[in-house]
Amino acid sequence: MKILGSEITPYKTYLNRRKFIKGSLASAMLTTVTSSAFANHDSDFSVYTKKLNENDKLNSYEEITTYNNFYEFGTHKKHPHLNSGNFKPRPWAIKIDGLVKKPQTFDLEKILSNVTIEDRVYRLRCVEAWSMVIPWQGFQLSELIKMAEPLSSAKYVQFVTVFRPEEMPGQQKRTIIWPYREGLRMDEAMNPLTILATGLYGHEMPNQNGAPIRLVVPWKYGFKSIKSIVEIRFLDTQPETSWETLAPWEYGFYANVNPNVNHPRWSQGTERRIGEFKRRETLMFNGYEKEVAHLYKDLDLTKFY
Amino acid sequence: MFSTRNFNRSKPILFILILFPSLLWAYQFVTGNLGVNPIEKLMDELGLMALRLIIITLMITTLSNIKPLKSIVVLRRMIGLFAFYYVCLHFSTYIVLDHFLDIQFIVQDIIKRPFITFGFISFLFLIPLASTSTNNMIKRLGFKLWKKIHYLIYPVAILASMHFYVLVRADKTEPVIYMGIIILLLLHRIFKRLTRSQLAQ
Repeated sequence: MKILGSEITPYKTYLNRRKFIKGSLASAMLTTVTSSAFANHDSDFSVYTKKLNENDKLNSYEEITTYNNFYEFGTHKKHPHLNSGNFKPRPWAIKIDGLVKKPQTFDLEKILSNVTIEDRVYRLRCVEAWSMVIPWQGFQLSELIKMAEPLSSAKYVQFVTVFRPEEMPGQQKRTIIWPYREGLRMDEAMNPLTILATGLYGHEMPNQNGAPIRLVVPWKYGFKSIKSIVEIRFLDTQPETSWETLAPWEYGFYANVNPNVNHPRWSQGTERRIGEFKRRETLMFNGYEKEVAHLYKDLDLTKFY
Repeated sequence: MFSTRNFNRSKPILFILILFPSLLWAYQFVTGNLGVNPIEKLMDELGLMALRLIIITLMITTLSNIKPLKSIVVLRRMIGLFAFYYVCLHFSTYIVLDHFLDIQFIVQDIIKRPFITFGFISFLFLIPLASTSTNNMIKRLGFKLWKKIHYLIYPVAILASMHFYVLVRADKTEPVIYMGIIILLLLHRIFKRLTRSQLAQ
């Protein structure tokens, strides 16, 4: 199947439309820092390829958008692509609560007008031992955390996915206890690698990839990168997360990519990069050891997997 | 009433029908039309097909208890051998395409991972079944011994469905349905035995 560039709203148009909406609401007080920074990336791959490691190659838009784990739309890899057509990612707001100065709800528009969208090309390693290389657009989670003004007692961040069984057919069945929940330690959340992504390949985030806004934590297994976020909660204790609740002996809270700690049902030593024939070695912290290893220097990673 | 001849006549068509998926998948694999993760897809399709055929062989025995369908047993051997054919393809995909003949890894995988262990034992048990499937073998072994060997189909079916059950991450509906069918078929056999021994008394 081929997806034509013209079938997808270019990210730039989307952002311009957003700018227009904002203008029409006469919110002139907000300074616009976002839209100018965007190039039309679909025509210019070099923007991404120059961010690549020499051993990596970008996965195609088709691969990234037709092979997904997003159980809200069904448990098969092709279900999110096939079943997400009725999902309405706009308007969108994120509720901020827990240990913050003032619990509040941010319109996505407001968040985006306060952050700088950048390109991030990351490897994504699924706990099922396959991987991809994806060019995201997004901003550092730390920027949103600063807006949220958490109290100093906040040690963890919990994320919650939207619950809309009428738009997300997978939620009509209790495969997972809905809504999907994930969490990070505060220092992981503040790490510059951790982003909230709003687009990929220069297009606004496709529904099947977690529209309109999702987490990307590239050194952790994919299930940590929670999609379609509607709530962010600041806590002083480690939050419950969906997969850990479902099968604690298989999925831990940390879920760092680690070739030395196997999943009880399969090896994590190697992975299949989508599009490649032979398996490749899985890298410690998915190859982001330099950036994140220091976060875990006092942690027994075989125990806290 | 369907005669043995009716069933025998359907064999060539059945043969092509059951063989066809493997040829299609092989063609799609070679031409790059098996989706984004073709090795995984090929392995899943072959394995599922094998499990379904194993269950069908069990069903045939049960169906042959129904008078008009008595002769359906003549199809059992062919379908059983096809189950073995798909298991072999499934297993060689795992060895050759998935792990590139990394024997050391594969041996470890079989020993350490219960779901692979289940699948592998199931495969091993199918070998004596397939190799004693000729008329000549039935004669040489004697029907009684031959029948005893072929009771192996029960652990084969149970292990194969467990292999599938453990593999699935969250939504276990499909493997549970297969396990349910297998259990029902086995219960029917036990029930039949009990009533028969009662009649004998």
